Amino acid sequence: MYSKILILRFPNTEVEKPIVCYLVKDYDLTFNILNAAVLPRKEGVMVLELSGSRKNFREGVKYLKSHGIKVQNAGQEVRRNHNKCTHCGACTAVCPTGALVVQRPEMTVFFDQKKCSVCELCVPTCPTRAMEVRPTNSAFFE
Amino acid sequence: MTGKQRKFKVTKTIQGINDRIRSGDVVVVNAEEMIDIVKNEGAAEAARRIDVVTTGTFAPMCSSGAFINFGHGKPTIKASRVWLNNVPAYGGVAAVDCYLGATEPCEDDPLNKVWPGEFNYGGGHVIQDLLAGKKIHLRAEGYGTSCYPSRSLEKEVTLKGLPMATLCNPRNGYQNYNCAVNLSKKTIYTYMGTLKPGAANANYCSAGQLSPLFNDPLYRTIGLGTRIFLGGGQGFVTWHGTQHNPKAKRTEKGVPVSPAGTLWVMGDLKQMSPKWLMGVSIRGYGCSLAVGLGVPIPVLNEEIAAFTGISDEDLFTQVVDYSSDYPNGTGKTLGQVSYAQLKSGSIQLGKKTVPTVPLSSMVRAREIAEMLKQWIVKGRFFLGEPQAPLPG
Repeated sequence: MYSKILILRFPNTEVEKPIVCYLVKDYDLTFNILNAAVLPRKEGVMVLELSGSRKNFREGVKYLKSHGIKVQNAGQEVRRNHNKCTHCGACTAVCPTGALVVQRPEMTVFFDQKKCSVCELCVPTCPTRAMEVRPTNSAFFE
Repeated sequence: MTGKQRKFKVTKTIQGINDRIRSGDVVVVNAEEMIDIVKNEGAAEAARRIDVVTTGTFAPMCSSGAFINFGHGKPTIKASRVWLNNVPAYGGVAAVDCYLGATEPCEDDPLNKVWPGEFNYGGGHVIQDLLAGKKIHLRAEGYGTSCYPSRSLEKEVTLKGLPMATLCNPRNGYQNYNCAVNLSKKTIYTYMGTLKPGAANANYCSAGQLSPLFNDPLYRTIGLGTRIFLGGGQGFVTWHGTQHNPKAKRTEKGVPVSPAGTLWVMGDLKQMSPKWLMGVSIRGYGCSLAVGLGVPIPVLNEEIAAFTGISDEDLFTQVVDYSSDYPNGTGKTLGQVSYAQLKSGSIQLGKKTVPTVPLSSMVRAREIAEMLKQWIVKGRFFLGEPQAPLPG
């Protein structure tokens, strides 16, 4: 099971056509629409979480792109800026998953990105603003 | 104190140690390395062999700031109100002098209107930006006098272009500090960091066995004129800090078990670095400056050697409730814990095991003590001879 949050941008020529329903019908994918809007110039924007097998996911994205829809990855991750981190440890007070922990006896702050739930609590807690929210690599769609 | 009358087996002078720095024979260790040396060889032998013990600490130190002289333009101005990158600086000094405080937030900061505030930019950040070589927008207003007719001034300044900039921190290097918990039912945001309800975390802020004043608990060597590592450059202890309280309760080894002595430090900002003076934002509380501070302690006799051999097991502090007891000034403490316990990752509070959270960087503290050691060994740093002791 593969799942990603995507931002779809529909050109004004496509906005009135049924498109995403075929992701279910023809590509055996499921989706959950998180946000959708038609803008004043009739372009459409939709944020959805798309899930299915990796192969079907790739085919589904290809289908969307063939209709002139721009597909962006909306996934985010938290990264640490090593130049700003002073290893003080203040972030460990708020990290709920134990992704940020103090390693002993050195007292360095270790960030295990695999454990990070992207709750972003560390971002405003870090005194030097070393924790940054970044879009995850979108190279998959290129 | 009776120490002055005591006869020591080893007696050295600061001058003698400086001669050894000059000749390259000086023996320097950091305060962590000194622990085992004193334990294994005894204080007298350690005093004989070791000349200087270096200490270090790196943490937010609110009572910090810089005196800045920004020079006259034409026509001249008596700047009574000054802003640097929109952070107000105190202009009631002289015509073009001001004092920029580390905790002053940017003038349009929403503060705690949307609670807890983020406090993204303040005086500490301006200081770090100056050190990073960035251009800072300076704005000043004056009321106009015969000698200083101009009423307003705007210009871009850089640290290099400023006639003078002096870091002047009225209270740094606190000798011990509270361990903070929150006994209420809501998360609170304090200068001791985020405290979750029901004492779910215990935050503390000291370098413990590496901290300067823990290694000279009775102020035998640190005084006015002690040369120090300050913000990556060399500065001085110029007075005892504000709130200096030598009367705090102490253990039999002389170390205080609650906040006690403090240092007033100064140095040329132009020598310093943005790595060792970092603007910080403390959620829900405000802006501040993380200061890198390191004090060399001359091992003049076995008593000082014994002091510098102190370890986290022998250093204690009080656990204080920051939801009620601290803001109401009740003076109540919930118990005493050692820095060894605090650094282990959890403390016992009654029957509850509470995870601990450090706010002072041990990694940076160790790096400072190590840098200071290298400066002394390489003959780039000489000990300052204190002209007066700190009040003891």
